[in-house]
Amino acid sequence: MVAVKNLPVREALRKALMEEMERDERVFVMGQEVGQWQGTHRVTQGFLDKFGEKRVRDTPISEMAIAGAAVGAAMAGLRPVAEIMTINFAFLAFDALINHAAKIHYMFNGQFRVPLVVRAASGWGNQATATHSHTPEPIFAHFTGLYVGCPSNAADAYGMLKASIRDENPVLFTESIALYPKPGPVPDDVDYLVPIGKGDIKREGKHVTLVAYARGVEWCLTAAKELAKEGIECEVVDVRWLRPLDTALVFESFKKTNRAVIVEESLPLYSFGSEIAAQLQEHCFDYMDAPIKRVSALDVPVPYSHDLELMCFPNAEKVIAAVKEIV
Amino acid sequence: MATPNKETVLEWYRQMVLIREFEEACQQLYNEKRITGVYLHLYSGHEAIGVAAVACMEVGRDHIITAYRDHGLALAIGVDPNKVMAEMMGRRDGTSGGKGGSMHLASREHNFWGGYAIVGGHLPLATGIALAEQYNGTGGVVISMIGDGATNNGYFHEALNMSGVWDLPNIWIIENNGYGMGTAVERAAGNPILHQRALGYGIKDLERVDGQDVFAMYEAVQAAVEHARAGYGSVLIEAITYRYRGHGVSDKQYDSKLREELEKWKREKDPITILRNRLEKKYKDIAKTLDAIDAEQKAVVERSIAFAEASPLPNTYEELFAHVYVES
Repeated sequence: MVAVKNLPVREALRKALMEEMERDERVFVMGQEVGQWQGTHRVTQGFLDKFGEKRVRDTPISEMAIAGAAVGAAMAGLRPVAEIMTINFAFLAFDALINHAAKIHYMFNGQFRVPLVVRAASGWGNQATATHSHTPEPIFAHFTGLYVGCPSNAADAYGMLKASIRDENPVLFTESIALYPKPGPVPDDVDYLVPIGKGDIKREGKHVTLVAYARGVEWCLTAAKELAKEGIECEVVDVRWLRPLDTALVFESFKKTNRAVIVEESLPLYSFGSEIAAQLQEHCFDYMDAPIKRVSALDVPVPYSHDLELMCFPNAEKVIAAVKEIV
Repeated sequence: MATPNKETVLEWYRQMVLIREFEEACQQLYNEKRITGVYLHLYSGHEAIGVAAVACMEVGRDHIITAYRDHGLALAIGVDPNKVMAEMMGRRDGTSGGKGGSMHLASREHNFWGGYAIVGGHLPLATGIALAEQYNGTGGVVISMIGDGATNNGYFHEALNMSGVWDLPNIWIIENNGYGMGTAVERAAGNPILHQRALGYGIKDLERVDGQDVFAMYEAVQAAVEHARAGYGSVLIEAITYRYRGHGVSDKQYDSKLREELEKWKREKDPITILRNRLEKKYKDIAKTLDAIDAEQKAVVERSIAFAEASPLPNTYEELFAHVYVES
């Protein structure tokens, strides 16, 4: 048995990043406020003192160049971990990620590799308003050539970030802001890796499959706990990676439960939920006993006022209501 | 600063002629629909810039990257013309197996990091490659070609500023051919004296250079390489040039004013003619040697066309899906 430590997600990420920098001289971090400020979300706290300015690089507010320079550095043999302060600003880096990071290996027929990780904090809360409350992970997962990882707990955050840094492909790694302080057991093993593209059953059940990632998993687990009191056993599938997507795990669970509710923090149109629902009807039609339900963010810009903000997003109650409609 | 000897200059001449012959052949092949697609941006008129830049690189140590007008650099740096032509035609033996096309030539073994088709998109890549050089302490410099049009987009600003902040060994060469697609520089830039932007980024300004004079370009790039290699940070050069084949082959017809402008450049400022005249003035009896080079390059291009047309078109799903990801 590997010993475990109880760590918040933030510290699990910090531990992963620090260990990878200790393990491999080529790994370095760059981004706004990663150094002197100690990291906007304090993931890189203490890094500047420990590793120095060469490997902990404060950048100007230049998302295009942060992502683009990280692509170039990765092509040239380094292992950059670039931080985009929040995923809202990743739209500014979209071209560098999609037209460059994700295409270079293919377009030049394998001559170059882009072993890059772009970390971005994602999510809403604290009345951040319409421009600072996006959870657009599926948009990035739309494009082949990029991997997208979205951990839901501390152990996964630890093992997924390590796997991303060690991989030869570009990875967009999103971190739910609301999950940063959530503690959880983390294996005390510097080589603990969560394989890229491998989902995880977070709770077993036989009546309905709840499919989610990142923060959605927490709502599913809370809902499952409540529903169990009423005799409804939910199986919670955490896909962990939006690309590659572990559809096999989703299908396997669905074939057992014959019912599914898909939970997503992002918007409903052209979404994670749409994708899973489409794939279930294509591949598991004969196993389907009820309509597939989706619990998504509401199709509206996120407003400032607190109650209105809360209304926009899924929560455990909404998941419970959706389950009850089909069980 | 090293003065180039006769042999070196003849090699420049050879490269410039090869590029011109290759590009003019591409235009012809496009007209005949033997090269297809809509994007084909020819380097005719720009030859002296690319050849001088490559001449200043230390082989195996320095790097070069450019936008979509990329054939000239590939040929100057020594990528096999057969492979370049095969890529034009989307063939299996192309530099990217037919998957990149005219705008996405690259050769890892030559430190030619590619042509890139999103305007300005390659500029932060150059910043990152230079960062790797500084990080590893390997002393290489990174030369980046920049169209005048790209100087107005955000990538230019962010990439040059970041390079300035970190004193990276970047050499930025604006190839100012007067137009970003169809818009004249004066209609696109608040200050059309583009090299002056260096001031805003705290990088060395090497000002305007005659991009049609391979010697002037060589001197400027040499100075830039020395500056960057010594660790003083990045350098900006504005090379004044002209494109002979428009923005690309799918351009609309030229109006008479533009036609006149083009003919004037060809008549008075053709980089190959300038070099040839200079050589003939300096070395008596060199005309024969130059003629032989011309004939050789024509033959090289002819061979590349034959090679490319004999190369199969990729057509399997295996090829289609290869290299989407690095397989572990």
